[in-house]
Amino acid sequence: MRAFTYSRAEAVTHAAEQTRDGARLIAGGTNLLDLMKLEIERPDELVDINRLELGTIDEQDGGLRIGALVTNSACAADERIRRDYPVLARAILAGATFQLRNKATTGGNLCQRTRCYYFYNRDQPCNKREPGSGCSALGGFNRIHAILGASESCIATYPGDMAVALAALDAKVEIAAVDGSIRSVPVRAFHRLPGDTPERDNVLEPGEVITAVVLPSPAGGAQLYRKVRDRASYAFALVSIACVLGMEDGRISHASLAFGGLAHKPWHDERVDALLLGREPSDALFDEAADVLLADARGYGANDFKIPMTKRVLKAVLREATGENA
Amino acid sequence: MTRSLTMDEPDERNRLDAMAQGVIGKPLDRPEGPLKVSGSATYAAEYRYKIPGCVEGVLVTATIARGEVTLLDESSVRDLPGFIAVISDERMIARPAQGGAGESPVRKVREVQYYGQPIALVVAETFEQARHAAKHLKVEYREEPDALVDPADERATFEPFEDPTIQGDLEGSMRQAAHAVDVIYTTEGHNSAAMEPHASIAQWDGETLTLYSSLQMLRFNRKELADALGIEPEKVHLLSPYVGGGFGSKLGISPEGVAAAVAAIRLGRPVRVVMLRQQVFQCVMRRSETRQRLRLAADAEGRLIGFGHEAWVSNLPEEEFAEPVLQASEFLYPGENRVLDLQLARVHRVTAGSVRAPGEAVGMQALEAAMDELAEASGIDPVELRLRNIPERHPSEDIPYSSRKLEECLRSGAERFGWDKGPRRPCQRREGEWWIGSGMATATRVHNLNEAHARVTLRGDGTAEVASDMTDIGTGTYAVLGQIAAEMLGLDPAAVDVKLGDTAFPPGSGSGGSWGASSTGSAVFEACEGIREELARKLGCAEAGLTLKDGHAVSGNRKVPLADLLEGRDVEEIGHFKPGKIAEAFAAAMYGAFFTEVAVNAYSGEVRIRRFTGAFSLGRVLNEKTATSQCMGGMVWGIGSALTEDLVFDPRDGHIVNPDLAEYHLPVNLDVPHLDVLLVEERDPAGSPLQSKGVGELGICGAAGAIANAIYNACGVRPRSFPITPDKLLPGLPEV
Ligand SMILES: Cc1cc2nc3c(=O)[nH]c(=O)nc-3n(C[C@H](O)[C@H](O)[C@H](O)COP(=O)(O)OP(=O)(O)OC[C@H]3O[C@@H](n4cnc5c(N)ncnc54)[C@H](O)[C@@H]3O)c2cc1C
Ligand code: SF4
Repeated sequence: MRAFTYSRAEAVTHAAEQTRDGARLIAGGTNLLDLMKLEIERPDELVDINRLELGTIDEQDGGLRIGALVTNSACAADERIRRDYPVLARAILAGATFQLRNKATTGGNLCQRTRCYYFYNRDQPCNKREPGSGCSALGGFNRIHAILGASESCIATYPGDMAVALAALDAKVEIAAVDGSIRSVPVRAFHRLPGDTPERDNVLEPGEVITAVVLPSPAGGAQLYRKVRDRASYAFALVSIACVLGMEDGRISHASLAFGGLAHKPWHDERVDALLLGREPSDALFDEAADVLLADARGYGANDFKIPMTKRVLKAVLREATGENA
Repeated sequence: MTRSLTMDEPDERNRLDAMAQGVIGKPLDRPEGPLKVSGSATYAAEYRYKIPGCVEGVLVTATIARGEVTLLDESSVRDLPGFIAVISDERMIARPAQGGAGESPVRKVREVQYYGQPIALVVAETFEQARHAAKHLKVEYREEPDALVDPADERATFEPFEDPTIQGDLEGSMRQAAHAVDVIYTTEGHNSAAMEPHASIAQWDGETLTLYSSLQMLRFNRKELADALGIEPEKVHLLSPYVGGGFGSKLGISPEGVAAAVAAIRLGRPVRVVMLRQQVFQCVMRRSETRQRLRLAADAEGRLIGFGHEAWVSNLPEEEFAEPVLQASEFLYPGENRVLDLQLARVHRVTAGSVRAPGEAVGMQALEAAMDELAEASGIDPVELRLRNIPERHPSEDIPYSSRKLEECLRSGAERFGWDKGPRRPCQRREGEWWIGSGMATATRVHNLNEAHARVTLRGDGTAEVASDMTDIGTGTYAVLGQIAAEMLGLDPAAVDVKLGDTAFPPGSGSGGSWGASSTGSAVFEACEGIREELARKLGCAEAGLTLKDGHAVSGNRKVPLADLLEGRDVEEIGHFKPGKIAEAFAAAMYGAFFTEVAVNAYSGEVRIRRFTGAFSLGRVLNEKTATSQCMGGMVWGIGSALTEDLVFDPRDGHIVNPDLAEYHLPVNLDVPHLDVLLVEERDPAGSPLQSKGVGELGICGAAGAIANAIYNACGVRPRSFPITPDKLLPGLPEV
């Protein structure tokens, strides 16, 4: 680990100034410190934001505003979240472990970096870590990699769970700038596709700090989070699906689906939601939805299985959400 | 005095059962347990805080598969904070020593034979500084192109590792068989992944080296270190009082120990070297991947008439180890027509060596899965099929079995589990999204013994001390050795101090091959026999007429407190146990049976184990609690081997793709159901003078086979490729 200076931010604008000047924010540290030990992240300055007053969940415009420093554990345990946004509580609880969730924060979780094996290995080329060096995953072991939206530069996935549920809920990320101004970015647009700049995971700019995630008013309906992984806990998603779906008179009155483990961002495809809307649930419809979702999917060898897996699991989720029997 | 006991024939005396204290076998707690759970047991790396002036070294590892280091550019790191030295020395070792080697492994650190090989050590004031400098040291290589890193590469050539067993006409028997199975199974590499990473602190006092290290077999490790360093073994003092798991990876010395010792001489200061977790994966030890062909030919009743097991494994050039996949296949099943053939390819991947239950761990899982296929082909219940295939005598050598309670394990395990003997067809039971199925397998593991010494002192105050350089790698050796002495000397186990893990004590067997308790325990037993004779002499009776209980010596109607009998003087004996010829006279092994119920998700192919029963016969159980825990640990390993553990090598340069505990998936709590362990009562006079056999490794041997069989029974898919991850099940699962 390289030497770095450490300070505590006293105000959001102060933290924003520091990141403008190249400092790194540290919240729970559960991702950043691992990466620093491996010298994949090499900040000269660390700014601890844990003293900022961003640790509460408050009601706002019929929805909820979750402070950036609310821990994953606290968020998943919040009565209002569990009642009105169960998909979010479920997604969080499907991630990591108790110990990690106790430290992990809402803002940090959004910004967690990919788990691509080659990204983690400084001795292997990786465009995300070292732009222009090449992508080792393309000709290597890519079992956990993307099948949607990847590029020739990078086929990594965004590994998190929480943001997949937030994408299904169409939540917004509240971002403060150095001058104190606030912008609001839909979670669906917060993470980027790799294109030819895979070094950038999301749209956060230097000089910006995430202050909150804002949930719209509750959507109701069935809210499911389904995560397929290699062991029962403490593993990242091979495929995950967040589903918010309402039924009226035997027809789908509201559908919002987001997918984890498939792309460089939580994947949301409006065409899938639109296809389901107003239709009577049936296996044929579910297959159609999968076909729309996966029309452009492509595997890279070891991850080919994700295509049929997504199709099968989507069917399980839609059957459950619409009350069709398993 | 030293008393020797050589085991040339079965020990029918069964002395332990004749003792009076009644503590042997009891589920006693580990005496060191409170130290461990309170963080006050000192592990190797933690001695740093007791050693002033100690500095830190971090290994630098190769980033090519094969070639030569042409430059280690010290100037690239000289100005980094805290930097002290770059050391790359003739004496440093490039690989770990194989278990029991007793000599230095391959040195030549500048000649790169695998990706991840240690090539140098960087020393700095703090660990963080050393790690940083190690990452930034500029290294240049002359790389040999196209190194063979993958045994699946078509250029790989396999050669017989030992003489194959060829008996009768296997192919003919396959043709004649009423039921035959000819299948290929594969298993992937494994890493021991002990919780405590390999770590050493070296400190020189003149010509004498003291090394605090995390090692399993000190009497061999001492010689290995001495050989590497070019000094006499007597000049090496090793300390490993607590070891945070070894599972084979600490049988031999590993590169950090020698590097620490070399650096400490060069710098004239104590040096600590702790391996990074990634290094534990990259440069210690792997279990070889295996490809295994099983040919089973049975008559109409399911009795084996032909048995073939061929295996292909890999290792680095110059290593004398090949995963002994066929070890159990030598003796478990009958079949007069036999082929057993182990083939080895040389590839440039990290050293392959012993990982818990080398051989049976992967051989039995494939064999038992193939047996399930035979059960299906013949329509015979899998338990019944195994009962019909218990041979009278060793199928290839003209020797009998020692005590073998396989049948009892199969029957009692089946009963405990509630095994359904009805016809077995896959995809019969569904609960919601889950297919439910059951499966079983036999467990077996060869019984090993090893030479051992232990000193027992009955102190003048009537308490005792046991001392040996034996290690306790988390298995319960402290508890078990104390229990043996307590039983033999009629003491409360709390009155027995057990001192281990220090080469200042007589050389024990070390921990490996499940031989620790039976071998070093027999040395303790023998020392106690000597003390008993001395006490009988003092009491004026024959040893046979002496009863020792609760700190008293009793003979006829005389009962004397030990402290009075000893008159304040210690009685000391060293017991020396030698395995002798018994191993050639009997096929001695531990046996068991696994029964499991699993659920397979019909959509995703995820597997959950719902119930898991293991019935085991291990000879005499010396401590019910530690034995049960060992069996459970083995079963957890079986779950990992069946479902999750997969050491992935990059096909291009052979580096390990997933060298950490986030991506090398060990089973976690949620993967492990309640484990139901049943210990079947047994005494094996050919096992050891204690009538005990090995325990530690049995629980893994076959466990993964039972799980694979249950998966098939649940959902109708047999991937024949371990670990059975969801992607391997998907293509065969019924449509949803
Ligand atoms: C072994 C392991 C398994 C895991 N498994 C899962 C899993 O299954 N599913 C899952 O979803 N996650 C998993 N995680 C990841 C975990 O959820 C993240 O590490 C955690 O959420 C990060 O939060 P943090 O507060 O600790 O972030 P930090 O490590 O403190 O920060 C992460 C990044 O976010 C930036 N950051 C933090 N706060 C802000 C802010 N307010 N504004 C702008 N930038 C900010 C930091 O600068 C840094 O770049 C796992 C982690 C580990 C180590
Ligand atoms: S997939 Fe992306 S993160 Fe992984 S090696 Fe390629 S460029 Fe790097």
